[in-house]
Amino acid sequence: MTRYLLPLGIFVVLVAFLAIGLNLNPREVPSPLVGKPAPAFELPQLHRPEAKFSPKNMQGKVWLLNVWASWCVSCRQEHPILVELAKSGIVPIYGLNYKDQRADALKWLQQFGDPYALSIVDVEGRVGIDYGVYGVPETYVIDKAGVIRYKQIGPVTQDALEKTILPLVAELNK
Amino acid sequence: MNKPLTTETQRHRGFLCFAFLCVLCASVVNPVLAKEAAPLAQDEAVEKRMVTISEELRCLVCQNESLAASRADLAQDLRREIREQIGQGKSDKEILDFMVGRYGDFVRYRPPLKGTTFLLWFGPFVLLVAGVIGLVAYLRRRGKRVAPAELSAEEQKRAEALLKLGESENKP
Repeated sequence: MTRYLLPLGIFVVLVAFLAIGLNLNPREVPSPLVGKPAPAFELPQLHRPEAKFSPKNMQGKVWLLNVWASWCVSCRQEHPILVELAKSGIVPIYGLNYKDQRADALKWLQQFGDPYALSIVDVEGRVGIDYGVYGVPETYVIDKAGVIRYKQIGPVTQDALEKTILPLVAELNK
Repeated sequence: MNKPLTTETQRHRGFLCFAFLCVLCASVVNPVLAKEAAPLAQDEAVEKRMVTISEELRCLVCQNESLAASRADLAQDLRREIREQIGQGKSDKEILDFMVGRYGDFVRYRPPLKGTTFLLWFGPFVLLVAGVIGLVAYLRRRGKRVAPAELSAEEQKRAEALLKLGESENKP
């Protein structure tokens, strides 16, 4: 009996490992920045290039930093969700317009709606590197002390918003 | 000896002249075009170090490519970053730490040995040892199960007869 049970057991374990492996998303690389202070920067704003924005301005607030670009296809997927979230006024969303052309970015916001309190422009992608951005869109939840508490890689889905981001924001706002 | 030039040969010469001019133009234009690749050749030592470092790093956009080989936008930006940091006189370790600080251990093709990577480094050897132990145990058990075959007196005789027959046949 054990003659058959042993190979069967090994097979079941193997299948279990492969099933777990197949269901992991290799594109989701855990960020070492979670739990660390959000890297400082000072960049011009999208709508008012003469004005600058820095994460320091957000001390004492819980906010979202959403990396987006007009050339990014998945950004369109998450955009309606962000617009809805902005309407609810639960948490301010700031956009990091990543490696984009100003004209294209402005047109894009006009076309799909602008959920951002304001957007900042990172033409060369240097701030993107500091934040460990490797696949737009990405969204960071930053707490009152300016510490990154969560990073959403890829589009914000309704599911991720309701199960992870909003509860976290509520907790951080306490 | 010299024949007067016919219109045919004149035309021929005209064409050769034109071709020569084309080649001349091309060779004049070429260095101008080549300038676009200048950053590569700007400083060979920097470039070599950049390549050595970026071969150790994974491109996060196309994960099976190294940073040195990838043509992804991010890879180009990161190579620029490495180049600049070499220019600032940073050591290889400082540059690697910069990348790991932003993208995690996953960017390194040879992740450092620590608690979370222990299984990654030694898992295969653990499997190998387990396999060898299993194999030895199995062979020992089988050795006990298979009893050495003993010949009866009659079989022994037959075997000897057959061997003798074989010997006599083999003689020249």
